[in-house]
Amino acid sequence: MTFLDFIRQPWPWYVAGPIIGLTVPTLLLIGNKSFGISSSLRHICAACLPANLPFFNYNWKKEAWNLFFVAGVLIGGFLATYFLENPADFELAPATEQALRAFGIRDFSGLMPADLFATANLFTLKGLVFFVLGGLLVGFGTRYAGGCTSGHAIMGLSNLQWPSLVATICFMAGGFTMTHLLLPFIFKLF
Amino acid sequence: MNNMQATSVQSAPNLATDSFVCDAPNNQQKTENWTANLKYLVVGLAFGVVFVKAEIISWFRIQEMFRLDSFHMYGVIGSAVVVGLLSVQLIKRFTIKTLRGEPVVIPPKTFNKGQVYGGFIFGLGWAITGACPGPLFAQIGSGYGVVLVTLLSAVAGTWLYGYFRERLPH
Repeated sequence: MTFLDFIRQPWPWYVAGPIIGLTVPTLLLIGNKSFGISSSLRHICAACLPANLPFFNYNWKKEAWNLFFVAGVLIGGFLATYFLENPADFELAPATEQALRAFGIRDFSGLMPADLFATANLFTLKGLVFFVLGGLLVGFGTRYAGGCTSGHAIMGLSNLQWPSLVATICFMAGGFTMTHLLLPFIFKLF
Repeated sequence: MNNMQATSVQSAPNLATDSFVCDAPNNQQKTENWTANLKYLVVGLAFGVVFVKAEIISWFRIQEMFRLDSFHMYGVIGSAVVVGLLSVQLIKRFTIKTLRGEPVVIPPKTFNKGQVYGGFIFGLGWAITGACPGPLFAQIGSGYGVVLVTLLSAVAGTWLYGYFRERLPH
């Protein structure tokens, strides 16, 4: 097995997690930056449509590093997908696959379900729920909470901030509620 | 100066009229030019590669997590926190300075009810989109063009929060 073959396999959690954790000291030491990604959404608002709202009137250019960071995430996603693609089939826990089949999901070949994340769904009820409503909840919720998985769960917990623990518990509570209580109803709409 | 800033963050975080409070702030005193920002692009790039290779961007993996059918995502987040925690403690213990020789500043997170309400709302969205804000960017880079709509909706959601902020419980 060549090195390229080796890194093309899906990376286990004990490789990915520590690398993600190292982002925290890396950003702190190369430029005194606290790790957090959802802030980029706020900077986009501040740069494009501040609309005289006090929340968006600040010097976003000073925070432009965050926009460079997310641009890097996008490019990294591109490089990993097109140059380090996993040649084997995507493997999913059988119990999850069974539950999702009951919801009507049929395509388990990629990282994202083609039944949902397809261009053909853009102007349908599915698209409205999975792209528009989902995106609105993510953007509104993260800003209301003052951070997302990176800013609270990773950066905040790394610095032993109890408000971040509260936020992380609430992220999980919301996710469990949607998955187990709401998604079964949502999937009946289609 | 930085300590003063951090203190003001702690004392009154909820009023929009306050001086700028960012959750992922730039605390470097020296200003940087645009090319210096490229190093954050490189860090982001490595991050994006990990997101894809560990399949963290996968909607299916997020479903597995919330269905408790796989340890993978818990392992990723848990080990990231452990490594982050150890690093931050080492930086504090040995007062390690930044590359520019400045003391490392980490503003404290202050509690407000937004972390409960907003956190829950984000969680609902996380299980629908299968992505937190970081993976959204990596999904788009991976060729899932429709996620651009999700990202724009997330920007719109952020804007709506800014619009309704004064009227929301904090």
